Amino acid sequence: MAEFKILRYDPDKDKKPYFQTFTFQEEKGMTVLEGLYYILENLDGSLAFRSSCRAAVCGSCAIHVNGIYNLACRVQIEKLKGKVVLRPLAHLPILKDLVVDLKPFFDNYRAIKPYLVPKNEPPEKEYFQSAEERKKVDPWIDCILCAACYGSCPVAASDPKYLGPHALMKSLRFVDDSRDGIAKDRIAFVANDFGVFRCHTIFNCQKVCPKNLDPTNAIAKLKMKAVLKKF
Amino acid sequence: MIFHDILIVGGGLAGLRAAIEASLAKKDVALVSKIHPVRSHSGAAQGGINAALGNNEQAKDDTPEKHGFDTIKGSDYLADQEASIMMTQAGPEVIFEMEHWGCPFSRTKEGKVAQRPFGGAGYPRTCYGADKTGHYLLQTLYEQSVRHNVKFYEEWMVIALVKENDTCCGVIALDLRSGELVAMGANAVIFATGGSGRMYGNTTNALTSTCLGVAMPYWAGVPLKDTEFIQFHPTSLYPNNILMTEGCRGEGGILVNKDGERFMKKYAEKAMELAPRDIVSRSVTTEILEGRGFEDAYVYLDLRHLGKAKIMERLPGIREITLDFIGLDPIEKPIPIQPGMHYTMGGIDTDIDGQSPLKGFYAAGECACVSVHGANRLGGNSLLETVVFGKRAGAKAAEYVKNLPKTPKTFALESALKKEGKNLKELLSSNGKENPYKLNLELRKLMPEKAGIFRTEKGMAEGLSQIKALKERLNKCRPISSSKRYNYDKVWMLELKGNLDVAEVVLAGALARKESRGSHSRRDFPQRDDVNWLKHTLATYTPEGPKFSYKDVQITKYKPEERKY
Repeated sequence: MAEFKILRYDPDKDKKPYFQTFTFQEEKGMTVLEGLYYILENLDGSLAFRSSCRAAVCGSCAIHVNGIYNLACRVQIEKLKGKVVLRPLAHLPILKDLVVDLKPFFDNYRAIKPYLVPKNEPPEKEYFQSAEERKKVDPWIDCILCAACYGSCPVAASDPKYLGPHALMKSLRFVDDSRDGIAKDRIAFVANDFGVFRCHTIFNCQKVCPKNLDPTNAIAKLKMKAVLKKF
Repeated sequence: MIFHDILIVGGGLAGLRAAIEASLAKKDVALVSKIHPVRSHSGAAQGGINAALGNNEQAKDDTPEKHGFDTIKGSDYLADQEASIMMTQAGPEVIFEMEHWGCPFSRTKEGKVAQRPFGGAGYPRTCYGADKTGHYLLQTLYEQSVRHNVKFYEEWMVIALVKENDTCCGVIALDLRSGELVAMGANAVIFATGGSGRMYGNTTNALTSTCLGVAMPYWAGVPLKDTEFIQFHPTSLYPNNILMTEGCRGEGGILVNKDGERFMKKYAEKAMELAPRDIVSRSVTTEILEGRGFEDAYVYLDLRHLGKAKIMERLPGIREITLDFIGLDPIEKPIPIQPGMHYTMGGIDTDIDGQSPLKGFYAAGECACVSVHGANRLGGNSLLETVVFGKRAGAKAAEYVKNLPKTPKTFALESALKKEGKNLKELLSSNGKENPYKLNLELRKLMPEKAGIFRTEKGMAEGLSQIKALKERLNKCRPISSSKRYNYDKVWMLELKGNLDVAEVVLAGALARKESRGSHSRRDFPQRDDVNWLKHTLATYTPEGPKFSYKDVQITKYKPEERKY
C-alpha cells in the first residue's frame, strides 16, 4: 500500500495548511504524479496539483517530494518505498494544496529582459553562429522554468527581490549568445545585491534541478564577468 | 466586461505566434490558456521543424517545391496542394525569423542552422536544436511574447464559444484560480488549442491535450474536417508511450524485432526506417501482431551503434527520458518501443488564413485542419504548421478587426454566460455512482482497439455503440467536487464531455470512409479509392451525432499516384 501525506490548504475553508494522509494500492511503475491522479479520481476530487506533459519536459509538477524538490512525474513511488510526503514549492503563496502562485518567479524572469536583443540587423538568412559559439549557450538553454531551484533557494526565501537562480541563468543564456548585443547592460543589471552578489553559493539549485542544469555555476560565471568586467 | 480586439485560446507555438503577429499589427490582443504558456505541449516536440534551407551537404539542391511534393505524397494525396506548397514555401522565412528571435538551433560546420534526415523526406531538411526543438521554439516565442507585452490570462479554461448573428463575439471561460465563470468579448477569436490525444490510451500527448478545444467550435456549429485521420508515431516508449523522436531514426537508429531482424526492409525497401509514419507504424504493429515482437507488445529501437558522443550531442533528451522513466541507457541497451497515438491530422475546418466557416473565428496549429497534412503528416511538418499558420491567422484576424467597434456584444455574452452557468451546474450536480475517470479510461481503451492502426467495420461499429453507452453514463456520475478554486475534478468532467463527442466523430467518420488512405487503414477496404474517396470529410454537430458531408480535395500540381518508399 502506498501512503501519501499531502499538505492541504484551501483558503476558502482552512485557517492554515495541514497534512492529510491517503492510502491506496499502487500499481507497479506508478509515479508520484499518477498517485496524485489516483487520489483525485478515486478518493478526493478537491485535491489540487498542476501537471501536463507527464514526461519531465513541461515543468508543471515541481513540488517537494520527501525532502527534495522534484517533478512529481519523474519520481516512482516504489523508489520512495511507498511512503510519500508532498508539499508545494516553498516561499511562494499557496493558492490551493500543491498549487502555488508563481507570479514572483515569473516577475523576476521578466525583469532580466528574457529575449534576444540582437547585436546586428538581421541578415537575409540566419545569423552566422559557429558550432563552438553555439556550444557556449548549451548548458543554459534547457531550463523548463519549473521553479524547483527557486523553491529550494534559501536566499529567495528570505528576499523576494532576489532575482533567483532561474532568472540569473536565463540572463547568462543571452550574455553567452554570440547574437546578443547587450551583454554589458545585462551584467550591469544583475551585478548588485538583488542579483548575483546576493547568491550565497548554497548549491541547492544545482542539487535539485530536474534537468541536471547548474544555475550555481551560471551565477558564478556572471559574478566573474561582473568583477573582471569581461564582456 | 472583458474585451479585446483579438482573443487567442491556447499558449503553445501556434497561439503565441498568432499573439505576436497581432501585437506587431498593434492590435489589442490577449491570450487565454488553461495552463501557463511554457507548459504547452509544443515544448515536448523533439526532432525538428522542416524547411528547405539546403544547409545540409546532402541537400544542396533541395527546394520548397520538393518539400511541397514530399508533403503531398506523404499525405496520400489528401492534402490541399496549394496549401501544402504555400506552407513549404513559407518554411525558410519562418525558420530565419525564429533564429533571428534567438532560437538556439544546432549548427553546421559553417555556422548555419543544422538539418537532419526525417521520414518521407527526399532530403535532410529537418532543422533541429538537439532533440529539444519544440522546447527551444516554445521558449523563444514566449520570450518574444514577453518582449511585445502580450496580455495573458493564465489558467483560464475556455469552455464555450459565443456567437451573435452567426458571428463569433467571444468566449466563456472558467477562471481556475477563483472558480468563477467569466464572459470575454472579442471581435475575433483564434483557437490554438493543440491536439486531442487524450481520447486514446496509448498516446504520446500531454494530459492536457484533450478534445475540448475542437469540441467547442463543433458544438457551436463549426465543421470538423478529416478527423478520422489519426497519426500513430512508430516509436513511443514502452510502456508509457512517451515520444521517442523520429530524429532517433534520422540520426541512424534502427528498428529490430525479436529475431534480431531489421524488419523495415520487408515494408519499405528503400526508405527503411525513414518511411512515413503511417507505414512504419503499420510495419511495427504487423511485426508485433505476427508474434515477432517482445512480450507481444514492443520491438527495439537500437541506437547503440551511433556511439556515446553522437547520442550525447544529438539525442540527449531521449537519454534523459529513458533514464528517468525506465532506468535504461540507450548508449548501452536498445529502447523498447511501440506505436503510440501522436497527432490529429484533422480538426477545425479552416482555410490557409485560419479562417473557419464561422465569421470572426479562426484556428491554427494541430486543432485546425487546413488541410496541409491530408491523410498522413510528415514528421517535422507540425512545428512548421504552427508557426506558419499561427502567423497567418494572427495577421488575418488583425486585418479583420481593423474597422470593427471596440465594444463587447454584451447581450449575447451575458446570455451565454447564464446558459453555460446553468449547463455547468447540471453537469456537476449528478448524484450517481459512475466514476467519470473510469468512463474516460474506458474511452481511452476502446479508441486504440476500434479506431487504431488497423480498422474494421465491425470494430468501428462496436466502438460507436460503446461511445453512445458511455455518453449515457455521463449523466449518472458521482458527485463532482464543489470546491471553488483549482477544481480539477470539474475540469476533467468538462474535458470528458468533449472527449466523448470528438471520439464519436473520429469513429463515425472512419466507419463512413470505405477505403485505406494514409493513417486510415481498413482491413476490409485495403486499397485507396480515388474514384469515391479523394475528398475531405466534414462533420457537423447535431444532438443525435455528427452529420457528414464531403468536399473536394484541391489537386493542382501533382496527380495522385501510388506511394512507394
